[in-house]
Amino acid sequence: MKPAPFDYIKATSLDHALAALAAHDDAIVIAGGQTLVPMMAMRLARPSCLVDLNEIADLSGIETSEKYLHIRAMTRQAKVLASDIVRTKVPLLTKALSFVGHTQTRNRGTLGGSIAHGDPSAEIPLCAIALNAEIDLASQSGTRTVAACNFYEGPLMSVRRADEILSEVRFPIWEGGNIGTGFQEISPRHGDFAIVAVAVQLQFDADNICRRAAVALGGASPNPVRAAELEAALYGQRIDAALVAKIVGSIDRVLSPTDDLHASAAYRRRVAKSLTMRAILEAAI
Amino acid sequence: MSEIKLTINGVTRTASAEPRTSLLDFIREHLGLTATHMGCEHGVCGACSVMLDGVPVRSCLMFAVQADGHDVMTAEGLRDADGAPGVIMDSFIEAHGMQCGYCTPGMMVATHALLSQSPDPTDDEIREAIGGNLCRCTGYAQIIEAIRIAAQRLRDAT
Ligand code: FES
Ligand code: FES
Repeated sequence: MKPAPFDYIKATSLDHALAALAAHDDAIVIAGGQTLVPMMAMRLARPSCLVDLNEIADLSGIETSEKYLHIRAMTRQAKVLASDIVRTKVPLLTKALSFVGHTQTRNRGTLGGSIAHGDPSAEIPLCAIALNAEIDLASQSGTRTVAACNFYEGPLMSVRRADEILSEVRFPIWEGGNIGTGFQEISPRHGDFAIVAVAVQLQFDADNICRRAAVALGGASPNPVRAAELEAALYGQRIDAALVAKIVGSIDRVLSPTDDLHASAAYRRRVAKSLTMRAILEAAI
Repeated sequence: MSEIKLTINGVTRTASAEPRTSLLDFIREHLGLTATHMGCEHGVCGACSVMLDGVPVRSCLMFAVQADGHDVMTAEGLRDADGAPGVIMDSFIEAHGMQCGYCTPGMMVATHALLSQSPDPTDDEIREAIGGNLCRCTGYAQIIEAIRIAAQRLRDAT
């Protein structure tokens, strides 16, 4: 038994969870627990009260509306990975999820939990930023929506307040054309957090001209970043290796990597470029 | 203390534990089932793998109170009804898919999870299924062989 003692509240509804969160100083929610439990075991986190979201049935599920794929926050990563709706509507997410952890962690880990935690090199936040997902934050005073690109304020830091619960994430559905996706990462072992990861989704018209581009990079900045200049340079183009090699350099201007245990900043910049080229070409096939 | 009632290997058991007790500690210390091994205790090694409601999870990464009302299967549950080792254990013995045996219960639970989903897995699927289970001894080749044998035998049996 390693974590410090805490009170445990098994929430039965979102309202119940929000009330419990508001009523206890220093209470936090537990989603899949795949990051929080180790942090508690190492006593990096010592909440006095844990509000469990796992038994709230309407906090999980996958649905579509006209423009969006709606994923409730507690939907397990394994469910998202296996979902045919996700595969057809937001193919980038399916591709990225196969890089997230392992079967055992995906069966427990949730989509919302990964986004709320905000590891700089995690794959799910990277996709949310690449596709500019919308994130719902519920509290007792109502629900507000934040665009993924405005959600993070630094590594493991977001605009979510302590009394808020991330309830849903909506990914825009790209209608029409041919959609290509690319996901590339380098990590010490498959399933580990990435050193650098790149997510790409492209839309092509019947002449194979790129009509929409999303390119984002994780692990080379405090939070994942979009490569807007590169996206603009892909627009209107037929994509081949020569073109990508010519325009990929612009990503340097959005990256701000740092040295750490796993890799130097210089290595991250170099590998970011190679992975971006590969991911774009993967998406262009 | 919280009272926890769960089904473990088909039997309903009740015990009380502090909320901070991991499911892993609960299984080993409160329920006395010691096949589930404690490796890293922070979600890295997979030695603690159990089936929760039919899917494999790491029992060190959840609290026992969270398993209240749920269905758990441990490596003990892989034995045949008469207590004989069962197909998966037998295959690990036959291929010598272990040395020290520390990772083995987790490997066998991962094998059970894989074979209940895909009875005829490719080697890539086998590798993926045990990708979250570390073995410091075998180099994995014999474990993969054991899983191939188990898959074959389970197919032959049906
Ligand atoms: S003991 Fe649970 S993953 Fe290592
Ligand atoms: S047999 Fe020793 S760790 Fe796998």
